[in-house]
Amino acid sequence: MKITQISVFLENRKGRLYDVCSLLGSNNVNIRALTIAETESFGVLRIVVDKSDQAIKLLRENQFVANFTDVVAIEVPDKPGGLASILKLLAEHDVNIEYMYGFVEKFSDKALLVMRFEDTDFAQQVLAKQNIHVVTSKEIEGL
Amino acid sequence: MMDIPFWNREVETAERSRIEQIQLERLRQTIGWALKTNLYRKRLNQVGINSPDDLKSLGDLRRIPFTTKDDLRVSFPKGHLAVDMAEVLRIHSSSGTTGIPTVIYYCRDDVDNWTDLLARSIVATGAVSTDVFQNMMTYGFFTGGLGLHYGAERVGMTVIPIGGGNTKRQIQTMKDFQTTVVHVTPSYLLHIHSKLGEDGIHLTDLALRKAFIGAEPHSENTRRKIQDLLHIDAYNSYGLSELNGPGVAFECVCKKDMHVWEDAYIAEIIDPKTDENLKDGLEGELVLTNVVRRATPMLRYRTRDLAFLYPEGCDCGRTHRRLSRILGRTDDMLIINGVNVFPSQIEEKIMKIPEVATNYQIHVDKKGALDRLTVKVEIYPKLFLGEVAKLEALKHRIVEDLRASITISPAVELHEPGSLPVYEGKAKRVIDERPKD
Repeated sequence: MKITQISVFLENRKGRLYDVCSLLGSNNVNIRALTIAETESFGVLRIVVDKSDQAIKLLRENQFVANFTDVVAIEVPDKPGGLASILKLLAEHDVNIEYMYGFVEKFSDKALLVMRFEDTDFAQQVLAKQNIHVVTSKEIEGL
Repeated sequence: MMDIPFWNREVETAERSRIEQIQLERLRQTIGWALKTNLYRKRLNQVGINSPDDLKSLGDLRRIPFTTKDDLRVSFPKGHLAVDMAEVLRIHSSSGTTGIPTVIYYCRDDVDNWTDLLARSIVATGAVSTDVFQNMMTYGFFTGGLGLHYGAERVGMTVIPIGGGNTKRQIQTMKDFQTTVVHVTPSYLLHIHSKLGEDGIHLTDLALRKAFIGAEPHSENTRRKIQDLLHIDAYNSYGLSELNGPGVAFECVCKKDMHVWEDAYIAEIIDPKTDENLKDGLEGELVLTNVVRRATPMLRYRTRDLAFLYPEGCDCGRTHRRLSRILGRTDDMLIINGVNVFPSQIEEKIMKIPEVATNYQIHVDKKGALDRLTVKVEIYPKLFLGEVAKLEALKHRIVEDLRASITISPAVELHEPGSLPVYEGKAKRVIDERPKD
């Protein structure tokens, strides 16, 4: 199933990332995975949190430019070649990845990755057929 | 006493009374031309001028209402054209404040007269026919390129029409052809100096001796810096496209501000608030009347430039009064590396882009010797979908839209909504951090 990723526009200003993290932290929202896409003049923070509805409400109330995107989180064998095996599979089935990043934590001996696909539904079908475990929102909340 | 070169000694050193006689004759002729235009016919009739003979003295000029850039915008494209299009030899144009350009027509005599004024200007600086002249001003609609080009050819110089930009090629060309004179904005010349040596070409490999610097205001300190760094003489130049372009006023070998060629231009200084004429020596807005242009007569044009005229003569013996450096503007026009930019042009473009909010800021500073223009906009939250590529594309689109309008590429910064200062009442949209010196 799809999970929610929150994107936050960050202008190039000191302390802006801190502002986001501190706002979420003080409201007991936990960041599970995080990455920043940066350009020379601005950045986009991408996060997966335990309480995404509450997080986006909080961010918007505090004048952050934030939106949500569907992503898929999958388990990848945490050993050499683990990621490569999954990527090979996706490539063979013409599934395009826009970007991906890792989770901070994991709940089994496998690594957790967030993937943003060009076509999320098609990607999910392919993953299901190959018996690759797709992490649910519930599992993320419970991490 | 140094040897003073002249292009037309008789005119350049004419008695005051003779200059005024020429001015009155030519002004009457110009009134005849102006009466043929939609722009001036009604205005002149309203103040009782129905034929050139209604102008009895030079003082009668003050009866005529001022002409503004806005008038030329309203009369676009041909409301101020006094001849049949078949007679027009060339068109020049400058960017308008709101997208409608200011267009100037020249018939054969007009180009010829303008060229002659530039030949006169060039010779007044001591440049000669054996000089190699590299014209670093932009060609095209902008008058700085072709104006000096024709003048230099008339003097008989070797002209290199290289145009603006491409610093490496400018330096290589200066070396290859042993350029002795350049026409350039002061900031670009300093930029060129800062790049000397990068490709193994040093000042000692060049033969430069003079620079005509214009198209942007600069201080005496900047001139000194240019002269000291490059071991050359630098001469200030003044002009604006509405009055032909360069060659309205130019410095002579004395380098003590610029002689206005008064047989071609009638210069007045007015108080921009009361519109009253001011005495020589007092600072105010420069108002110019062109008395040698048939296709586009221009009567009492408000230049928006603040300056003063010297009451006394000049050591060179020329009797044409000198104009000070431009001390400021009466409007909000910005000059970015020699290009005139109105904040309203930027605003107009920004407001057409749905992905940005209505608050914006225009920031100008110096990066090395060159001006840097940064336009800061706030993104519109509802159109943020979290994709970096879309934001980059938006930034790129804003740059391209602005470049199409103002001809230079600004840096564009995207900001969060509410992060740019909000003003109650008149917004301060332009932050100019360029040092005054």
